[in-house]
Amino acid sequence: MATDPDIVVIGGGNAALCAAITAAEAGAKVVILEAAPKAYRGGNSRHTRNFRCMHSGPLGPLVESYGEDEYFDDLMKVTGGKTDEDLARLAIRSSEECLPWMESHGVRFQPSLSGTLSLARTNAFFLGGGKSLVNAYYRTAKKLGVVVHYDAKVTHVALDGDRVCRVDYSTGDTQHSLSPQSVIVASGGFQADTDWLARAWGPAARNFLIRGTPYNRGVVLADLLDQGVQQVGDPTQCHAVAIDGRAPKFDGGIVTRLDCVPFSIVVNRDAERFYDEGEDVWPKRYAIWGRLVAAQPDQVGHVIIDAKSLNLFMPSVFPPIKADTLEELAEKMGLPPARLRATVKEFNRACGDTSGFHPTELDGVATSGLTPPKTNWARPITQAPFYGYSLRTGVTFTYLGLKVDRNAQCSIGDRPISNLWAAGETMAGSILGQGYLAGFGMTIGTVFGRIAGKEAAAHANAH
Amino acid sequence: MQMHIDFIAEARRQSEICNACRYCEGYCSVFPALHRERAFSDGDITQLANLCHNCRGCYYACQYTAPHEFDLNLPQALANVRQDSWKAHAWPARFAHVFDRNGVAMTGLLVLGFGLIFALAQGMRPASGEGFYAYLSHGLMVAIFSPAFLLPLLTIAISLRGYWTTVGGGRLRWTDLRGAFALAGQMKNLKGGHGDGCNFEDEDRFSHARRHFHQAVLYGFLMCFAATSSGTVLHYVFGLEAPYSFVSIPKLLGVPGGILLCIGTAGLAWLKTKADPELGASGAWGGEMAFVLLLFSVSATGLALYAATGSGAVSWLLPLHLATVLTFFLLTPYSKMAHGFYRLAALTRENAKQRGDA
Ligand SMILES: Cc1cc2nc3c(=O)[nH]c(=O)nc-3n(C[C@H](O)[C@H](O)[C@H](O)COP(=O)(O)OP(=O)(O)OC[C@H]3O[C@@H](n4cnc5c(N)ncnc54)[C@H](O)[C@@H]3O)c2cc1C
Ligand code: SF4
Ligand code: SF4
Repeated sequence: MATDPDIVVIGGGNAALCAAITAAEAGAKVVILEAAPKAYRGGNSRHTRNFRCMHSGPLGPLVESYGEDEYFDDLMKVTGGKTDEDLARLAIRSSEECLPWMESHGVRFQPSLSGTLSLARTNAFFLGGGKSLVNAYYRTAKKLGVVVHYDAKVTHVALDGDRVCRVDYSTGDTQHSLSPQSVIVASGGFQADTDWLARAWGPAARNFLIRGTPYNRGVVLADLLDQGVQQVGDPTQCHAVAIDGRAPKFDGGIVTRLDCVPFSIVVNRDAERFYDEGEDVWPKRYAIWGRLVAAQPDQVGHVIIDAKSLNLFMPSVFPPIKADTLEELAEKMGLPPARLRATVKEFNRACGDTSGFHPTELDGVATSGLTPPKTNWARPITQAPFYGYSLRTGVTFTYLGLKVDRNAQCSIGDRPISNLWAAGETMAGSILGQGYLAGFGMTIGTVFGRIAGKEAAAHANAH
Repeated sequence: MQMHIDFIAEARRQSEICNACRYCEGYCSVFPALHRERAFSDGDITQLANLCHNCRGCYYACQYTAPHEFDLNLPQALANVRQDSWKAHAWPARFAHVFDRNGVAMTGLLVLGFGLIFALAQGMRPASGEGFYAYLSHGLMVAIFSPAFLLPLLTIAISLRGYWTTVGGGRLRWTDLRGAFALAGQMKNLKGGHGDGCNFEDEDRFSHARRHFHQAVLYGFLMCFAATSSGTVLHYVFGLEAPYSFVSIPKLLGVPGGILLCIGTAGLAWLKTKADPELGASGAWGGEMAFVLLLFSVSATGLALYAATGSGAVSWLLPLHLATVLTFFLLTPYSKMAHGFYRLAALTRENAKQRGDA
């Protein structure tokens, strides 16, 4: 076809845009196929707020320094060692040059947001958040002549031996095909396909909420894996956090986050506690609560706090449910009132001296003789009005992905596929086997997006 | 003072979402002020609304704009409250509705003003006098324009006092006022948090066009104002009467000031035709446009009048120019012009809050 571009990029988020821009700057004719309409372009990237960046001295909005080894250690801690050291170090080392690259392609940064000071050294925050980053990249890409098709859902990437020969996609009811020299897959994970999640997780997954885009349904990922492209990551694993149970099914994003768990007791449908709410500071425990709630009946949890704790955490998007008595609160939240009263009473009785209470530090204010215990911030729940939030499991992303090498290239059997690269969430499993480090998703997308763009352009230019 | 409950409630709903998000913190002074609070009183919302200058950065950056169910459009929500707060504080209250009908009010005043001044110039043409004063005596001009200038200032002052109470302002401090003037003078906020300007005329593209045109309007206006003031000083203190030569203070200030004002207002009007009206106050577009065009007419007729010095055209250009100036003065408390005063008050209040004055 005369109109075939040199490169097709599948996806329209951070990784796709970094790849497209890099390839276009290398002189390639690039087409982006984005499944979402323009208003929802940018996948999960539109919900992000920062990326994690190594730096040897103050850099842009980042203070002090954050070296390769410290960064790598932080990663090892959260992944429990399930990390590909070579690729992880490549991502970490390259992150430093990403920041100026991002700035020169339109991204603007701001100092660490109020309430997130602990990240001021490690994470660079995007001014306006991920959607403004995505907007800036679309502007830059357009100037470079990149063509973007919205509402363009890729349905099939046809392999011919060790080569992609065709990309099929649909817009509405119309089918299209392109036969470019190089193809870059940057279409995220599969978490928006609830059926797939339910197959991997069990039926409980149908009650999960998806924090990001409804367009990451893993269509291209499944298509490539079916054809034997090398996979990586545990298909049953996903990154999930506990979010406000009233959040929309998709795209609720950051504002559905709840930070009140450490100052609360959390009970299940039967008004029973099930885990130590005060195990560690919230940022470190944020991620495990997704799984904890997923394991409870109906996959719900209920946070109960009293008046004295209301202003200790960041406000969230929905106001708490409020009542003058615990029974009334239970009524409003659909919990058995007598049981809730008993659980609170038992908890209150186990609380001891609270004079050392300190909301932002592990204060050791713990319960005694209670199972499960609450090991920090344990203050009796006594002061009306009482407040409640419901919790559900919110899925951020899935780990199953395409295995890539240092050049972001995919392979089939033990041979590389000569013209297929992958970047971002869809290959992140190549680096992280489990766990997650805040801001690392955007780092992976930026680093490997740029690598994929460069390699794909070099391949296309050579043909 | 009664403000529109729906507008406040909607702005509050959106502010609470922003407070849980905070991604836009660095764009302008609205967000740091917003993030200081946990619950928003009507006065808080009114103050936030007057801190916003509708740069739209936070709209295009927002992941929750329609069709998302959270339906964020903070620039519009705040613009509605802002516009409504000017109406609610307008004094005398019965003129508040003029805000909604600026175009009509303006046409009416222009026609009336022109008729009046033309008739005066024809009927009471002085026996002697040079330049303009050959058409309209100095005494008569002063008799018309002193009250037309001072009364609106008085009503604005009363309105601002009401605003100050609404937003819970305490003792006015000199340092806060100075800080507010410094911010407004540089139009720092119009640069956007990153110095790339506003998102206005072309969706999410950042540009300085709005800031530069607005600067031209502000400084053009101030120069014209200074020209008139210096004329008054020359007249009363030094006994030097108009017309002034080109190399005189009034003309050296007035001519470039008029040109700046012309360029600035034309530019703002043009940008307004490009920008999405859905991100501004509902129903205020026409009135704002009429006001920009009025300000354009003030400067354009002023320059034309100067160019026509000595010719017969002065006989109708002079009443026309004076009628635009008269209309402009009289509408100041009930038109977009009020925004400058409210914005200064809001910045002053914000400075006090930043110092920790509750
Ligand atoms: C609420 C939330 C907050 C987050 N905050 C952060 C943060 O602050 N920092 C951080 O580093 N990470 C964060 N993450 C993780 C981060 O979003 C991802 O790591 C990152 O955005 C992945 O980028 P990507 O380009 O690979 O995928 P995405 O940005 O998700 O892009 C995938 C794209 O592929 C498109 N697509 C999907 N299927 C098809 C198809 N069949 N055909 C065509 N196109 C298709 C989608 O429409 C989308 O445009 C957050 C995630 C969520 C959900
Ligand atoms: S406008 Fe949108 S992105 Fe900005 S702070 Fe508010 S909710 Fe967040
Ligand atoms: S429109 Fe501009 S000034 Fe107004 S709140 Fe949004 S970013 Fe701030």
